Amino acid sequence: MNKLQGIGVSEGIVIAKTYLLVEPDLTVQKQAIEDGEAEKARLQQAIAQAKEELQHIHTETLAKLGEQEAAIFSAHLLVLQDPALEMEIHQKIAAGMNVEYALVEASDMFVQLFESMDDAYMQERAADIRDVSRRILAKLLQVELPNLAAINEEVIIVADDLTPSMTVQLNKQYVRGFVTNIGGRTSHSAILARTLEIPAVVGVTGATNAIASKQTIILDGNSGEVILNPTEEQMAQYEQLQQQLIEQQQALVKYKQLPSVDQDGYAVELAGNIGKPEDVQKVLDNGGDGIGLFRTEFLYMDRADYPTEEEQFEAYKAVLQQMGDKPTVVRTLDIGGDKELPYLQLPHELNPFLGYRAIRICLDNPNLFDVQLRALLRASVYGNLKVMFPMIATIEEFREAKQRLLDVKAQLIAEGIAVADYIEIGLMIEVPSAAVIADLFAKEADFLSIGTNDLIQYTFAADRMNEKVAYLYQPYHPAILRLVKTIIDAAHANDCWVGMCGEMAGDPIAIPILLAMGLDEFSMSATSIVSRRAQLAQLSKQQLQAHIPTLLPLQRLQKSSSTYVKHCYNSASNKLDEMLTCSVFFCMSTFRLAEMLNGTYDTSCFDIAS
Amino acid sequence: MEKTFKITAQEGLHARPSAILVNAVGAFTSTMEIVHNDRAVNLKSIMSVMTLGVKTGDVVTIRVQGDDAEQALAKITEVLTQENVAIEA
Repeated sequence: MNKLQGIGVSEGIVIAKTYLLVEPDLTVQKQAIEDGEAEKARLQQAIAQAKEELQHIHTETLAKLGEQEAAIFSAHLLVLQDPALEMEIHQKIAAGMNVEYALVEASDMFVQLFESMDDAYMQERAADIRDVSRRILAKLLQVELPNLAAINEEVIIVADDLTPSMTVQLNKQYVRGFVTNIGGRTSHSAILARTLEIPAVVGVTGATNAIASKQTIILDGNSGEVILNPTEEQMAQYEQLQQQLIEQQQALVKYKQLPSVDQDGYAVELAGNIGKPEDVQKVLDNGGDGIGLFRTEFLYMDRADYPTEEEQFEAYKAVLQQMGDKPTVVRTLDIGGDKELPYLQLPHELNPFLGYRAIRICLDNPNLFDVQLRALLRASVYGNLKVMFPMIATIEEFREAKQRLLDVKAQLIAEGIAVADYIEIGLMIEVPSAAVIADLFAKEADFLSIGTNDLIQYTFAADRMNEKVAYLYQPYHPAILRLVKTIIDAAHANDCWVGMCGEMAGDPIAIPILLAMGLDEFSMSATSIVSRRAQLAQLSKQQLQAHIPTLLPLQRLQKSSSTYVKHCYNSASNKLDEMLTCSVFFCMSTFRLAEMLNGTYDTSCFDIAS
Repeated sequence: MEKTFKITAQEGLHARPSAILVNAVGAFTSTMEIVHNDRAVNLKSIMSVMTLGVKTGDVVTIRVQGDDAEQALAKITEVLTQENVAIEA
């Protein structure tokens, strides 16, 4: 078998050579030495080489990504040349120890010193010391460390997992795809791949062992297949598939310019999710009607210190100016959970997803929150800003956050600073308590945005990153569908519009259901917008909504029928027409799908409560 | 010679403020120490400076000894003030 199976998390097919991202063996033995001066000279040489390498990485990062991302490497340069580190190593060499072991012991001492500090930020710095130490060690051992920044030909990255700090170094121009050992649809590498519009397959157990470096592989981001040493036949087959995909993409081009309407002309908004001002262009290029989620935490991450009001203002202004009149929903800081902010010095928690995060941190730290609100409000005059608060669980939290925003606005006006007259204020519905009382929020908010990734994991009390409970991540489960319907109905009953910005909003299987329920705005990866608009054009809200009463009483939609539908969907996913038909039929009549694909009614696929 | 400063950087002597300090003194030949809560460490070592765990509002003393001590201390004062890391106490 030359095939590995994983989870396809970003569409497309790519054939390219691999770049295996694995750590070389850096274990060292303690040895007695005689010539201490020679060891010291080797240390000097290794430090000089490491310095050159770091300076190169620093310059590259500075040029490609800017000062904030490069700052970490200038800190590494200082650690590299730290006289205290050098003195420790010299002392150990003088006592008869080989330089490699002396380096490891000396850096371990500093690592322990930092790890024992009473400060989460300082504890994290231990990783920087380890990083510098392994760079010197690699020079001493004359082995190459993987250097993502140095990639200068088209490659598919094969790694255990991709961390945010690794991806900072990626030369995006040359990276054609990802294969990782672990991960799921919402893991960092999956989201990054969709942002970069490159195919990715994650959760390929043992990929880094099975795949060699510089080996040609075929990566199918739709089916989740990875083909090693492809035969000529397979190459031809996939090149043809690749060609078909390109043609489909071209067929979709016309939808970029068309309005987001169903076949009866019923209009919704298809918006994009973004994390950085640079992502705006992609939303516009893909014909997005707006931005349904601007995740501002990326402004705060991968840096040593809080972003200033001015930096934030510039970022928000850039986004709003580019979007012009199109609605731009900005979510205030959503940190905590799986997103850490070392300089905020948050203590480690047993249940970070249920702990001190997002709006809870912001309301507790008015200084932090006010800086962001000031920057947002100052930028509001440059476009069509809407502000939403994440992780709201109670009405009091929403009132308090809203009041802070209004207070900051009043203060700015008193200072003579221009602010847009009316700014819509809304909230994410991602905590089940908020979903249940959506009607109360709808009376006080201008809009609601359903965050399905968290809503699903909180509703099922199942960590979405934990593979053992992954079966509980069930977007089409009646528990979720009923909640979503409750939220939409509650919003509409109170003249409040409602959007969705989780994975589900861009899921072609979910779209017909959401449309039928009356969702107003669907916010997704920019690259999905065009094909979902093509799908929308073939759907009829009016016809679909008649089937909602049939859908909601289903007892175990996910376990039986939806996995079945997904299977059918995946097997048809290389053919656009079948793909669309599948999802249309799914909603028009869940039974008819089985009939269509099997030629029979296979009622065992569906459990009906009544 | 020595001088006392009060740290104003919001996060204390984290990587950025420490790097500013260490970078400023790299070119001077004088030996220098930073003292915090009776612990004195080499000011030219970023790791040592950071392990002091200096928080905002804390007071530190910087001691400099050597031929270019005066210029070094002037430079330190200038950089710390300009970059909003500390003020003279």
